[in-house]
This record gives sequence, structure tokens and C-alpha cells, in this order.
Amino acid sequence: MSAVLWLLPGLPLLAGGVLCVVGRRGNRAAAPVAVAVLAATLGLAAWAAVVRPSARVPFMVGLPLRLAVDDLSALMIVTVAAVTLLVLLYSVAEFAADEASARFFGLVLLFAGAMLLTVSATSLLPLLMAWEVMGATSYALIAFWWRDTWRVRTATTAFLTTRAADLGLYVAAGAAFAAVGSLDLGALATVPAPWLHVVAGGVLLAAAGKSAQLPFSFWLSGAMAGPSPVSALLHSATMVAAGAYLLLRLSPLLHSSGWGAGTTAWLGALTALVLGAVACVQRDLKQLLAASTSAQVGLMVLAAGTGAVSGGALHLATHAAVKSLLFLTAGVWLVSLGSQDLARLAGAARRWPLVGAAFAVGALSLAGIPPLAMWVSKDLALANADPGLWTVALAAAALSAVYAGRALFGVVGQAWNENRTTVGHPTRLAVAVLVVLAVPSAGLGVAALVVPDLPADVQGFEILASVVVAPAALLAAWAWTRQGAPLPTAAATWGERWLGLRALAERFVARPTHALARALAVFDDRVVAGAVSALGRGGRQAASAFDGGAERAVRGLVDAVGYGARKLGRAARRPQTGQLHQYYAQAAVALVLVAVLIVLVV
Amino acid sequence: MLTVVVFLPVVAGVLLLATPRLPDAVLRWCLVAVTAVELVLVMVLWADFPGAAGYRFEARVPWMPSIGVSYHVGLDGLALPLVAMTAVLFLACAVYSLRETRRVRAYVALLLFLETTAVGLFAALDLILFFLFFDLSIVGMYFVIAGWGHRDHRRAALQFFLYTFIGSLALLLGFIGLYLAADPHTFDIADLTASRPLDGAPLAGALVLLAVTVGLAIKTPLVPFHTWLPPAHTEAPAAGSALLAGVLLKMGTYGFVRIAMPVLPAAWRQYTVVFVVVGVVSVLYGALVALAQTDFKRMIAYTSVNHMGYIALAIGTAGIIAGNDAQARQLAVTGAVTQMVSHGLITGALFLLAGVFYDRARTYDMSSYSGLAGTAPRFAGLTAVGAFASLGLPGFSGFIAEFQIFTGSLGAQPVATALAVLGILVTAALFLLALQRVFLGQQRLPAYVPTFGDLRVAEFVAVAPLLSLALLIGVLPRFLLDTIERGAGAVVELVAR
Repeated sequence: MSAVLWLLPGLPLLAGGVLCVVGRRGNRAAAPVAVAVLAATLGLAAWAAVVRPSARVPFMVGLPLRLAVDDLSALMIVTVAAVTLLVLLYSVAEFAADEASARFFGLVLLFAGAMLLTVSATSLLPLLMAWEVMGATSYALIAFWWRDTWRVRTATTAFLTTRAADLGLYVAAGAAFAAVGSLDLGALATVPAPWLHVVAGGVLLAAAGKSAQLPFSFWLSGAMAGPSPVSALLHSATMVAAGAYLLLRLSPLLHSSGWGAGTTAWLGALTALVLGAVACVQRDLKQLLAASTSAQVGLMVLAAGTGAVSGGALHLATHAAVKSLLFLTAGVWLVSLGSQDLARLAGAARRWPLVGAAFAVGALSLAGIPPLAMWVSKDLALANADPGLWTVALAAAALSAVYAGRALFGVVGQAWNENRTTVGHPTRLAVAVLVVLAVPSAGLGVAALVVPDLPADVQGFEILASVVVAPAALLAAWAWTRQGAPLPTAAATWGERWLGLRALAERFVARPTHALARALAVFDDRVVAGAVSALGRGGRQAASAFDGGAERAVRGLVDAVGYGARKLGRAARRPQTGQLHQYYAQAAVALVLVAVLIVLVV
Repeated sequence: MLTVVVFLPVVAGVLLLATPRLPDAVLRWCLVAVTAVELVLVMVLWADFPGAAGYRFEARVPWMPSIGVSYHVGLDGLALPLVAMTAVLFLACAVYSLRETRRVRAYVALLLFLETTAVGLFAALDLILFFLFFDLSIVGMYFVIAGWGHRDHRRAALQFFLYTFIGSLALLLGFIGLYLAADPHTFDIADLTASRPLDGAPLAGALVLLAVTVGLAIKTPLVPFHTWLPPAHTEAPAAGSALLAGVLLKMGTYGFVRIAMPVLPAAWRQYTVVFVVVGVVSVLYGALVALAQTDFKRMIAYTSVNHMGYIALAIGTAGIIAGNDAQARQLAVTGAVTQMVSHGLITGALFLLAGVFYDRARTYDMSSYSGLAGTAPRFAGLTAVGAFASLGLPGFSGFIAEFQIFTGSLGAQPVATALAVLGILVTAALFLLALQRVFLGQQRLPAYVPTFGDLRVAEFVAVAPLLSLALLIGVLPRFLLDTIERGAGAVVELVAR
């Protein structure tokens, strides 16, 4: 029975791979196949959430692949499957017929399958594998319209940024293996120091990168270049959620490291605050929503750091519903009105009231207005925060009401200008998807009642604060938006550039790396290869030197010997005169010489 | 049986050479047929490979008994995967070469000759036999580059030949040192492994290891002995590049695990840090220099230096015994051998794909192209798959290799391994930038090229199976790792003696 668990990530991964390979020929079948596969996957996820299976296969020596479903995984797999299915249905409705559907739906299936594997893995090895595959498919999805170089460039940035952070997981895996010989997620908290700190640091780095926490947030801004369904998926239940999930899952590890828990909590709180502020000053609806994703995920990270795991997980789920709803609505307006600029969307919510109402539900939930879902989950996520963290998080919550209010009043505040031309009309299926998503966006907070281990000691004072702050901030946003949302120029410029984080990364990481690479390439050509060529040249020169010097001397010697021999030969011919008397004389001289020799020697 | 596998290609090559008046098309298909039969034979061997450690399919015949040389071949868990990878890659190159038109008879014979030298080297259990195949492979590759290369190929071929030939002389010097140290004198690898003649002689051991290492490092190649590689690769024909990278480079790395580690364990343990350092330098240096290249084929060539660096790192850390448990060492060596197989498949595929550039537009310069995915979607798709496989994406064989290397090495060499991990980020950057420049964006071609055609059938059929195999190993690695782990476990034990 447990083997069926492999189908949960396996089915979408396999189907996605096939669709990608089939390519254009599969365009027509792609959408129905993808929806059917995801529906089956959702069924599997529901089954797994109830049955709680686990599975294991041998993979590398001593490092098997293990999957299991526990409370946290159950929540995650159902959320992922449900949100992906709805996003796919939306895509079926909104995707132009001439697009490369097979590639799109195939990649989305791969992406969803990788996320499902990430959240059901119980060992770092399958988790890391799925984690990286998710990054690669997000690259391919962001760069989906590959003819536009700028989109491809943002995709490259996204992949390289997240992969830079992923190196933390590689190092963490190596450290865990060195310390305890196992990569089981449950065993990580028991790793002895100093490896423990390496593991905790690596995990935190990887999660911060994936979740677009500071200082990695910038990649998320560029990731808007993909189709709207991709943004909806990337920002809700997958990709950015994966980092928060990992920290929630490994909350015990962070706590046993000592420094990890506090660092994580403050990282989340600061990201929530700073990116919340960045979200407030965006003029582009999708950019506003993107910055708010970083900020909201920051609250989940805070929850992981403070050990409020259930609260963080619930916030992840409510945020997934809300954010996919808001992104898909933005997508509807982009397709039918041709813009995602808040100024040009004035009154858009009144053009199609049902769409507008769904957006309003999402925005109010995002603002944290009681009793909507994100109000509940946010307070539960903050349940364990100490006063310092709690104050920062409260400020972040106020900012979320401001940016949500800005988006909401931007599209609702004015009457729709009837003279404006529209380029399309939302399909019924798309609107239906939005309405379905609005339900959990508003009401998922009731899940808090059934989640078992929620902290019961939320202070009355805290509840009061959160009940008052969000509506007050929303009111402020209304007043501000009515004046046209004026901003000091510096704030507007820096905010729209996301604090220049991308430029910083480019200046201090990318450019120096390229400069080093070029310098090394020149070094390689001139010095390393040059030395070898010089050696070769030297050999040739030595050879010709030998040829000119030693060779000539040797040849001269040989010539001299020959010459000498010839001379001797000529000299030897002289006595051979043929005259007998001369021979006698020669013999006499020789005999006398021999006699002298004998006398001398003997 | 093994002897048949070793000599089948060259015998077939000689027969083809001797048979007059065969049309070129028949010759090309004969090459495919012979390499296919060879692959089938290797698969038969694989199926018959037992679960135990030690050599299989052994054959030993005295050859020059007066100096202790015998024809001794056999396969273990290290050799068999490389023989199989060689057979696969030769078949792929044979299919790719169905479009070769220049001096086909000689080309076919030469490729078959090369296959025998490669299979023979991986099967050799005698130093002189090993050296013989090592040298003959250099000769064969010299003619491939000089005869069928392009642009500045004669010079590149000569440089390749002289450089690696000098390396082989160093290797021979080391082998003679081993022969003299052994008592009784022998060149037999199995006997030398058992007797470890130089373990009691630190200085002689160090010198012999130095000679062997220089010889193998040139062939591998490791920094700083790598400079023959880029020109040789760039100027060789596509199939030649694929074989050079896929098979011939492995002769160097294989020599380390087959000869240097088991025969000279004491010296290896003493100087193992040198391999770690050279490995890390090769990883980072190779990746960074590749990042700066503008020529696609040169870029791939430098990534080979990077990939071979991981192997050096792994076998280097496997020599560290203190505080490094056997499981980690085995993981590292398994990763190293997996990397040899994986690199053969992936880089072989990438070099065959690089050949498409030259075939269509006579240049590898990346700035000449843009947006090729529009008219050549299959070419773009396969190159993208190859690129992601090469940058170590999980799901492909490269990840299986590199993850094992990192995880097995980090405990013994944390700083070096952490630096080496950076290599996968740089390779990711260089491949993504290359994809972005060449395949994506608006289409742009050199002015003299009207259109850029997609992959032809032969090209597709040659490359796709290589990448599929990389995918198979990446997802279901057990069939390969079962074999490699036995060989790696043996090496780890031999080094620790």
C-alpha cells in the first residue's frame, strides 16, 4: 500500500516529463491530461493525508530515499495539490490557443510534482533533489516566453540566486552525514556540534534563498516575468513556500543549535517589515503582491524560529489560498484589460463585480481583517513571539493592511471608466476558480479549531491589538490612496527597485566573478598554455642550437676523422712504389728499428 | 569472452580496411553494426557479473615471461561500468558519423581501433598492457584530430600528441620503477596490488607516485596540465571530441583508482592532500575559465576540467583514513567512478551537439547566434537537457556523482569540499548564460547562413539515448551503483591497508 505514496509526486513528474518530451504534438491534449493528472494527484493527496503512509527505497549506499506523511506534510500535500489544480483550471481557461501548451502544462506538472516530493521527503537527499528540480522548472516557467530576452534574464537571476542558497543544503547534507552517517530529517537535531551549526546554517541559507527572505528577496521581483498562473503558483503553495516549510519542518534543529532559532525568527520579522514597506510603494499590482509574498513568508519563518509550527503551517495554507486568488485576479485583469499598473486598473473591480468581490475578499484577508482566514493564522503564527519580535511583527501586520488596502482601494475606489477599451473578457471557468479560491481565503481560519496542538495562551492584549491595528491601518490606506498615494521621491525610487538588492548582488557578486573568470581565462591562455608553448619552442630552439653547434662540432670531428684517414691512406700509398731496391731499404730500416726496440725492452 | 570484446572492433576494422570496393554507406553502417554488437556483448558481460568483489572474466597468458609481462585482462566493479560507457558512447558516435563523408574507410577503421584501445585499457590488469593501450589511444586520437578535424587541427593534434605522449613516458617510468621494486619482478597489476612493493620505501614510493601521477594527470587532465585539452577539443571532429572527453579522459582518472591507489597505498595516503588541492583548484579554475569562454566547444572543454576536479577531490579524500569512516570514503570513491560514467555520457552528448553548430554555420562562436530555439527546437531542447544534466541537476547522473563526492568528502575535508561545492554554482551560471545567449531571445544568425536547421535523424538518435541514460542513472541509479560500490569498496580497503 505504501508504494502508492510514490505515485503522489511520481504521477505529476512522469506526466509532466512526457508532456515536455512530446512537445508541440501534445499541445491539444496537454490541458485535459494535466487537469486529469492533478485531479488524481489531489485524490492521492487526500488519501495520503488520511492513511499516513510511508515508503522507502534504497538509493545510495547507506542513504535511502524515504517518504512519509505526517500532520505537517498532510496539510502541505493537500494545499499544494488543491492550489495547483485550481491554477491549472484557470490556465485552461485563460491560455491562448497558440501557446506551447504541452510545454507549459508539462512544466507545471513537473513543478508541482517536485514540490510534493519536497514536502513528503523525510530525508535530506530526496528533499534536496526535489528542491533543485523545483528551482530548475521555475526557471523554465519564468522564461516561458523565451523570445523576450529580459524574461530569460530574470529567470536566470532567479535560478542562480536560489541555487547559490541551495549550496547550503549540499553542505548541510555533507555535515550531517559526516556527523551521524544519516540524512534523516528527524536525526538532524541530534547532530553533535560543531557539525550541528554547519547543518543549521546551511538549512537556514537554503530556506532564506528559496523563500526570498532578506537579502535574497530580489529574485522574486523578477520572477513576475512568467505567465500569471506561474506567479500564482510560485508565490502561494510552492517554491517560496518550500523554504518556510523546510524551516517549520526543521524547527527542532534550529532550536537545538541555540543561535538558529533566534536568527531565523528575526530574519523573518525583518523581512516581513522591510518587504512590507517595499510592497506599500509599488505601483505595479503584481510587484506589490510579490513583495507582500516575501513579507508574509517572513511571518511563517518567524513562526518556525519561535517554534509556533502549527501556526506557521496554517499561515502557509491560508496565504497560499489568498495569494493564488490575488495573482489569478491580477492575471484576469491583465488579460482582459491589458495592464497590471495600479493607476490603469482604477475601478477595475467594478467592471466585473464577481471578480472584484473575490479580489476584495483576498485583499481583506491579506490585510488581516478579522475574522478572515489570514487574521487567524497570522496571530497563531505570532503566538510564541517575544515582545520585541511581536512588536516588529505587529508593525509588519500594519504594513500588510496598508499595501492590501492600497491594492484594494486602487481597484475599487473609483468608478470604472466606461469609455476604456477592454481587450478580452474573463471566462466563466476563470471566474469560477476565483470564487472557489475566495472560500478558503475567507474561511480557512476555522481550521484552527481542529488543528490539535495550537497554543491556547494567546494573550487577550495581543488579540485586541491585532483586532484594532489592521482596520486602523486599512483606514489609513484608504485615506492615503484617495490622495493618489503620494510618496517622497526617494522612498518611491528605492522601493520600486526593491532597495537595490539586485544591483548590490550584481555589483558585489556577479561582476567580480565575471571579472575573475576573464582574468583567469587570460592567465590560462598566456601563462599556463604559454608556458607549455614556450617549453615546446624551447625544445625546438635547443634542437636547432644543437644542430648549429654541437651537431656541427660532431660533424666536424667525423669529417676530420675521414680526412685524416684519407691522408693516412695517401701517405700509406707512398712507399708502395713497386721498385724492389726501395722495398729492401724499407725492410732494413724496419729491422734496425725492431732490433733497437728489442734491445731497449729486453 | 572478454578478449573477444576487446579485440572484436579492431579485427572488424582490419577486415573492413582489407575488403576492397565497399561503398561508403556500407562502411558507415558496418561501424554502427560492429559497435552495436560490441555493446550487446558488454551487456551480456554485465548480466553475468556476480555479486562478489574481485575480477571476473579473467584471462592470463604469458607474453614476455622474461620480464614478467603477461596478457592479463579482467573486469571488476570499477572497470565494467567504464567498459559499458565506452561501448555506449562509441555506438552513439557511430550513429552520429553516419553523416561523415571524408575518407570513410580510414575513419571507420580508426574509430574501431580506438574502441579496442579503450576497452582494452579498462580491462587491462598488466601495466605494460595498460601502457600499450594508453599509448595507442593517443596515436589513434592524433590521427582522428589531424585527419578529420577543422581549422587549426594539425597544430592542435600535434600538441595533443606530444603533450600526452610525454605524459605516457612519465607513466612508463613509474611502471618500470614498480617493476624493479617488485620481487619477483613483475608488471602484473593484481600481483603488485597484493604485494605493494614500495610501501616500505617512502622515497622510492613518492617518486614512482609522482611519475605515475604526472602521466595520469596530463591525460585526465588536471590543472595545470590541461592546456592541450581546449585546442584538441575545439579542432577535433564532433565524434572525436565526444570520444576524447568521454572515453580518453577517463583513462587518466581510471589509472588512479586502478593503479596508483591500490598499488601505492602508503604513498597515496601520505600525499593525498595534493590530490585534494589539485582537485579543488581544477574544479574552481575550470569552471571560472569556462565561464569566460565565448566559444561553445571551448566552454564545454573547460567544464571537463571542472568535472574531473571533483574526481580528484574524491579520490584524494579517500586517502585520508584518520577520522574518516569507511562508509564516507566508499561514498566518495563511488561518486568518483559514477562521475567518470556520467561525464562520459553527458559531455559526450554535449560535444556531439556542439558539432551541429559547425555543421550548420562553421563557427562555435556563441555571439554569432541567438534565438536558435525558434527554428531548431529539438536541438535547443536536447542542449538544454544536456546543460542542466552537466550542471548537476538532480534527476540526472551528474547529481548522483557529485552528491556522493560532496557528502563523502565533506567530513574529512570540510573547507576544500565547501569550496568545491561553489563549482556547481559557477557551472550553473555558465550553462544558463550560454543557453540564454545562443538559444533564447530573438533569432540572429551569421550573415552567410540563411537558416539554422533542426537536428537530423542521425544526430538526434545519437544524442538522445546518451541523455536518456543519464536520466535513468539519475532516477534509478541502483543498477549502476550496485556494480560500482563493490569496486569502490575494494579500492577503499586497499588504500587503507
